[in-house]
Amino acid sequence: MAFNGHQRDDDDIIDENETPSKQPRSDKEMPVHFRNEPNSESATTAGRATSDRRTSQSATRHRHDSVKKTRPPFPWFGMDIGGTLVKLVYFEPKDITAEEEQEEVENLKSIRRYLTSNTAYGKTGIRDVHLELQDLTLCGRKGSLHFIRFPTHDLPAFLQMGRDKHFSSLHTTLCATGGGAYKFESDFRLMADLELHKLDELDCLIRGVLYLDSVMSSGPSECYYFENPADPDHCVQKPCTLENPYPLLLVNIGSGVSILAVYSENNYKRVTGTSLGGGTFLGLCCLLTGCSTFEEALEMASQGESTRVDKLVRDIYGGDYERFGLPGWAVASSFGNMMSKEKRESVSKEDLARATLVTITNNIGSITRMCALNENIETVLFVGNFLRVNTLSMKLLAYAMDYWSKGQLKALFLRHEGYFGAVGALLELLHPS
Amino acid sequence: MAECGRVDSNTSHTMDKSITLPPDEIFRNLENAKRFAIDIGGSLTKLAYYSTVQHKVAKVRSFDHTAKEAAGDKLYEISMQEEVTARLHFIKFENAYIETCLDFIKDHLVNTETKVIKATGGGAHKFKELIERKLGLKVDKEDEMTCLIKGCNFVLRNIPHEAFVYAKHADSEFRFQTTNPDIFPYLLVNIGSGVSIVKVESEDKFERIGGSSIGGGTFWGLGALLTKTKRFDELLQLASKGQHASVDMLVKDIYGGSYGYLGLTGDLIASSFGKSATADKEFSKEDMAKSLLHMISNDIGQLACLYAKLHNLSRVYFGGFFIRGHPVTMHTITYSINFFTKGEVQALFLRHEGYLGAIGAFLKGAEEDNPNQYSWGENYAGSSGLMSVSPDMNPMQRARSGTFPFDMLEMDRLERQLVNLPLLQDPSSYIPDTVDLTEDAPAREYWLYCFEEALDGVVKRAVASQPDMPEAALRAEKFRQKYRHKLQTLRQQPFAYGSLTVRSLLDTREHCLNEFNFPDPYSKIKQRENDIALKYYQKAVKSLDELSWEEKQFALVRGVLAGNVFDWGAKAVSDVLESDPEFGFEEAKRQLEERPWLIDSYDQWLERLKGPPHKCALFFVDNSGVDIILGVMPFVRELLSRGTEVVLASNSGPALNDVTNGELQILTERIAAMDPVIEAGLREDRLLLVQSGSSSPCLDLSRLDKVLAMVVRERQTDLVIIEGMGRAIHTNYYAMLSCESLKMAVIKNSWLADRLGGKLFSVVFKYEVPVGKPNKDCGAFSPC
Repeated sequence: MAFNGHQRDDDDIIDENETPSKQPRSDKEMPVHFRNEPNSESATTAGRATSDRRTSQSATRHRHDSVKKTRPPFPWFGMDIGGTLVKLVYFEPKDITAEEEQEEVENLKSIRRYLTSNTAYGKTGIRDVHLELQDLTLCGRKGSLHFIRFPTHDLPAFLQMGRDKHFSSLHTTLCATGGGAYKFESDFRLMADLELHKLDELDCLIRGVLYLDSVMSSGPSECYYFENPADPDHCVQKPCTLENPYPLLLVNIGSGVSILAVYSENNYKRVTGTSLGGGTFLGLCCLLTGCSTFEEALEMASQGESTRVDKLVRDIYGGDYERFGLPGWAVASSFGNMMSKEKRESVSKEDLARATLVTITNNIGSITRMCALNENIETVLFVGNFLRVNTLSMKLLAYAMDYWSKGQLKALFLRHEGYFGAVGALLELLHPS
Repeated sequence: MAECGRVDSNTSHTMDKSITLPPDEIFRNLENAKRFAIDIGGSLTKLAYYSTVQHKVAKVRSFDHTAKEAAGDKLYEISMQEEVTARLHFIKFENAYIETCLDFIKDHLVNTETKVIKATGGGAHKFKELIERKLGLKVDKEDEMTCLIKGCNFVLRNIPHEAFVYAKHADSEFRFQTTNPDIFPYLLVNIGSGVSIVKVESEDKFERIGGSSIGGGTFWGLGALLTKTKRFDELLQLASKGQHASVDMLVKDIYGGSYGYLGLTGDLIASSFGKSATADKEFSKEDMAKSLLHMISNDIGQLACLYAKLHNLSRVYFGGFFIRGHPVTMHTITYSINFFTKGEVQALFLRHEGYLGAIGAFLKGAEEDNPNQYSWGENYAGSSGLMSVSPDMNPMQRARSGTFPFDMLEMDRLERQLVNLPLLQDPSSYIPDTVDLTEDAPAREYWLYCFEEALDGVVKRAVASQPDMPEAALRAEKFRQKYRHKLQTLRQQPFAYGSLTVRSLLDTREHCLNEFNFPDPYSKIKQRENDIALKYYQKAVKSLDELSWEEKQFALVRGVLAGNVFDWGAKAVSDVLESDPEFGFEEAKRQLEERPWLIDSYDQWLERLKGPPHKCALFFVDNSGVDIILGVMPFVRELLSRGTEVVLASNSGPALNDVTNGELQILTERIAAMDPVIEAGLREDRLLLVQSGSSSPCLDLSRLDKVLAMVVRERQTDLVIIEGMGRAIHTNYYAMLSCESLKMAVIKNSWLADRLGGKLFSVVFKYEVPVGKPNKDCGAFSPC
């Protein structure tokens, strides 16, 4: 293997971290460890969960020992090519020695500088600076994890850049997940001379979620929920951890929606999915309002009133439909008022955007709730880029879970909404499973 | 959401009031009407009422034979009597005609007892004032969902082939379900403007377990916004022409192919409208409508499956205006259910789905009449059938065509309550009919042709049966038109009344004959034949008694078969009978196929007879005349002599030349007077005559008189004998019984004979012993 970048023999460092206490893997890799370990009096289920983790951890130890000897050369990327967006995570080493710096090839340096010194790339690429994770130790290297996204339809421009920057000369493995890893595999090869290491998106997703939740950083907590979801005035975001999360219903809302029941890191199943997802919201908004971006659609939605578009229970029954316990404010028919010509003429684009958002969000809520009941799971974790800067939907979901389950279901959210697949892909590069 | 009505400005206008309604066809028997109910939806009104119908029925009455010769040589007299039966009428028409219809009802309603009209549906309040003013009835509103469920239970219980599976690409799009005696529990997914998902556990117990706001109103409202098309059915038409793949993001758009790891094929929709998230592209109305249709159908299907799974229910019925007769939505919903349950759950639809609310509202108002205590039957003569009004045609087009579009359902209250034969091996899988003509195109062609060919003869006989009625010819002509029209409809829409079968064709003919007051065209012929056959009875019995035991058993079977050749219902035979009245019993025996017969288990039957006698035999008889008197009675006599009790089951009402219960009572009395064995049987209550509850030349063992079922159970019946082509070949050929059974018939139709691999007058003698039943040969449980 060609010796690019600055791999060094750092077994010592890793061994220091790898204490015989057999802490969870994340602990081994992180300099500081945050996980609020249950105190010794805590419930036995918690203890059991921990010991399970240790068992699986020791099983992967040998693998890990060999991994560190073959730590991949820089640059370290993880990529998730979805139907709408490409998500890219990039690890920027901050512990580069002067010696390394000298040996570092020019291409690599240039890529690092390009990515870290900009927050926007081309017309559509964006680095989510607020999500950056600093002081992270990965594979014994210290640095920052950067989160970058651009529309999938701009992938050719990205490949062109990779070609211009002679990315292929670095002989790195590019771990990629998402449907685009399959669809664009040959484009990567032909346009940028790059071989993709394709990974399953759901495997990556779960790995990424569990990893980011376990990382302690100086920033805000990764996981949070909404307190008092039923009361708009007192509904506040509260931090929490995914401590002892299993079984967990993981709802990934991208262009479409996948719903997974997760029983442990390696044991999960896809329960179902729906085609009514973020892509539907944006697609319908574009057709109904003429907008063209997600941000625009959300902005309009925030100013609209869905009750002018939707037909509510009270529009039909004059109040609650008591026989079936349906409150008057519940939506009886999404877009139901639009059957009438007069009403079609009186609604605004903002109203239509809001109704689209509410329709799609509530529908995801219903399906999720039914899956939770069928799978007998009470913790629901919502992720995916549909939730990016979309507090409206998150609060709706939090409320829907709480209200219709009479408080049984709890909705959780994660700060790095749509990046988990890409993070999972990066982890696969560092620790092939 | 329960609400399935909506107010659309486009349909609120009133049609030209000068339109005249066809009074012979719509709102029939209005003069006797009572108990009105109305269900007003967003575009259609459904009106229900109860009426009494006066019908001529043929009655037979025995002459007083104590005064010998007084009655001439006739065995019994036939009289036409008026009988009053109860009927339910349901009419469906566009809301635009509501005023015209109310006026019509007001003008024709004589009955003034009715004070209240039960009303349901989203439009009920809108028309409340109009109804109260026009009819002078007080509108009494009933809960929509309760009505819907009541109506659903009623049709599922009373109408055979009510539910069907829709398969767009199959030979026949409609696959009708056999009537399951146990209709509960089930899930009803009502797709109105929103969706309500209701779990029904019993007649009175149901619960709305969930729903969705994405329903028909979403399709309509969102569709109108996207395509600027205002009407619901126009939107569906657009959708049926569109290509959703240009608007939807498919799995292959993301993956380049399938997502093999999860087994998701490339053509699956990953994100509905996922491709329209761009400002610089135009999409066609058709494509957007199609994408919307898929999105909504899939979503509803998915939720329905999740609820069905959670509540462990496998029967899921779909209804509401989104579904109502629209092949497009039935197809997409079916597709969705198949996808989400991997074929474990079938989407079921109902033939009379549009009437459920009206039926339920009516039943609510008629509770004091206990309608659920009775059995009801769909009247094929007075019902329009599925898709009589094409859902694709809009009201303006229909108005231009000059006809008043309406759809009707009529149900007759049956005098007897109908239940399953307790001896069916598996009532839930029992299908009476041998061939489903809906799925067998060549057979359908043949039988429709056959019935049309026979129509002239039927008309002739109908007229001849009422020689003293001068207007009989005119009525017979009306009958001809009606039945011919039914046959033409069935040629176009074989699915109109459920599975098309020879039985349904025969029953439809009987219903049409009754409708025009020809209750029993064969009464005179039957009378004459019974008279003649009786004269030979003693001679026939005597000659049988002279035979050895084994010869006698064979002669008895041949007697039943030869007797069965005498049948005016079969064309080949009625030709011979009419051209050669001397065609006798002996001649019939000579016509019979020699053994081995086409289906021949006579040897097993003979072996069985050498064993212990049966406890009780249930004998479904066929024709009057030679068949019952010279064929069946000697056979019955032998059974009685063996110590077997015999229950003779005959039709409650007339059908062709089949012997009715009334006729059989008289015949048996007369035979008893000549034959001590029969006489003793009657006296000792070992020979029973019961009615089957049917007035059909065929036999549906799942709809039999409750009394018959009781007798069968009480007497521990261990042998069922079914005789004749209608009962043993067209129906029940494959029926599995839990006791021994004997099916005997002569094939009197060359086409059918050909189909079965035989020829004209081939014999079917099918003796069956159910697997696992004690077998006298090994004296243990077989299979041994």
